[in-house]
Amino acid sequence: MLIVEDLRVEFGGVVALAGISFRVQAGTITSLIGPNGAGKTTAFNAITGYLRPSHGRVAWEGQPLDGRRPCDIARHGVVRTFQRTSVFPALSVFDNVRTGLHLRGSTGLWSVLAGTARARAEEAWLAAAADDVLAFVGLTHRRDERAGALPYGEQRLVELAVALAARPRLLLLDEPAAGMTGAEKERLVALIRKIRGGDVTVFVVEHDMRLVMGLSETVIVLNNGRVIAEGVPAEIRAHPEVIRAYLGSADALA
Amino acid sequence: MIARAGLALGAVAAVTAPWWVANPYHLHVLIMAGVFTILALSLNLLLGYTGQLSLGHAAFFGIGAYTSALLSLPPLQWSFWLALPAAALASGLAGWGIGRLALKLRGAYFVLVTISFAGVISLVSINWMELTNGPLGLPGVPPPSLGPWTLRTKSAYWYLVLATAALAYFVCHRLVGSRIGRAFVALRENEPLAESVGIDGTRYLVLAAVISAAMAGVGGSLYAHYTRFVSPEVFLFSYTVTMVIMVIAGGQGTLAGPVVGALLFTALPEALREAMAWQWQMLAYGVILIVCVFFLPRGIVPAIVATTRRTDRAAGGPPEMRSGSVGLFKKRRGSDSRS
Repeated sequence: MLIVEDLRVEFGGVVALAGISFRVQAGTITSLIGPNGAGKTTAFNAITGYLRPSHGRVAWEGQPLDGRRPCDIARHGVVRTFQRTSVFPALSVFDNVRTGLHLRGSTGLWSVLAGTARARAEEAWLAAAADDVLAFVGLTHRRDERAGALPYGEQRLVELAVALAARPRLLLLDEPAAGMTGAEKERLVALIRKIRGGDVTVFVVEHDMRLVMGLSETVIVLNNGRVIAEGVPAEIRAHPEVIRAYLGSADALA
Repeated sequence: MIARAGLALGAVAAVTAPWWVANPYHLHVLIMAGVFTILALSLNLLLGYTGQLSLGHAAFFGIGAYTSALLSLPPLQWSFWLALPAAALASGLAGWGIGRLALKLRGAYFVLVTISFAGVISLVSINWMELTNGPLGLPGVPPPSLGPWTLRTKSAYWYLVLATAALAYFVCHRLVGSRIGRAFVALRENEPLAESVGIDGTRYLVLAAVISAAMAGVGGSLYAHYTRFVSPEVFLFSYTVTMVIMVIAGGQGTLAGPVVGALLFTALPEALREAMAWQWQMLAYGVILIVCVFFLPRGIVPAIVATTRRTDRAAGGPPEMRSGSVGLFKKRRGSDSRS
């Protein structure tokens, strides 16, 4: 379970998160929604160590995450993707995923230089694991292409593959469907369900309401840096304050 | 395939060099090219793979040279074979300190800290008379000896430099193909993403700085025992600039790039010296460099790889060099990776 307690983030005098608290139950798909500027990405950044909150506590499976660095948080099984497409552009898709497998390897400097049998066995094993991840997200046919040269939708899949390679137990996806076509979104939804089926808790920030409502078990709504509602999709759709927050785009909730 | 053939040809040429290089001065140029190969490989580890530019690399080279010279001169009179690793250690330690200081602040800050460091070390070498003999330098550094033999001749020293350069290349090759090398490249390509999958940025950048500095220190030690004389000139900024030119023109982020760059840009001034009057030499050097960077912005080696690939395809040969198959040119830098 991810526990967020009284998380507060300020930029100068601007309060981006005014002390939010919520929980993400293990094994669920939970979404974080809200109008633009509600603080969704800020919350993600604060949870994953990219932003230092001015106050509050974050814990995953009983381990405190606040005050830790992103690479340390990844070591605790909490891995995120980014709102703007983020791959290793000059590397092949395969090498992108191999890089994502960093924590699964353990060969140190001296074994690498000596080229020990263990180091070579680990390299072979990592290569096989990378191919498994590529097959899982359906990118095997792009294996040797430069990630930066792929079409947008496939770059988002590479991003997802890199995150999955780090074997998260909690996966935070920041607008994974942004810029995707309808068909790509359907594939993404199926993929996220498959990821959750592999015993991974998924926490999503997303703007596409149809996708959110169809995918999530729990929805948390942020507005102006505060949690204004939390519940199953049906409750959220009917929640008066949520409708008010989305006024003018209330249709989007249908 | 062409890469393999080129490598084999280069190796044969290098090993037989003392036979076909008749002019001792040319052999001297070759030895300097070997020393610069080690330095360029070392700088490439930082600049090419982690993407951090060290403009104080001459400092690590100089620290290695001074350490090795001081340890092998009286009163200590250590053997070269102990002084060399000690030089690597001293430079590596300096690299660690600089890395710890600077790599919390990346990019431009790292450049500034490395420049300042080289400046400070150079001043120390000039002013600490008791230790370094100041601007007069340290003459009489003994040549390495191996059992009953002393490596006094140029051809013997060439083999020492060649073996060390090959070892440096091998170290880079092993690193680049490992998870450590992938972590370096990940930090160059996209640091936030690298951190998100558990790559500790500061730790790996410091590691790269230590290995790179230690390697430069080895180059410094070889230089000291070859010229038999060390002075504050080893800290000259022009050494650093030469290394940067070699890495960038050869092809940063490739294994063969710094080797090609070091050979070419050690030989070029010498060739120009024979070809034209001194007034024109630096001008020609500059023009050649500009042409090189203008037409081959990613470096000579990546350009050759791209061309042979195209030829391979046209000839119906192997369609793609898979990312694991040819270690020599494994990590190419994409044209858009700097944006």
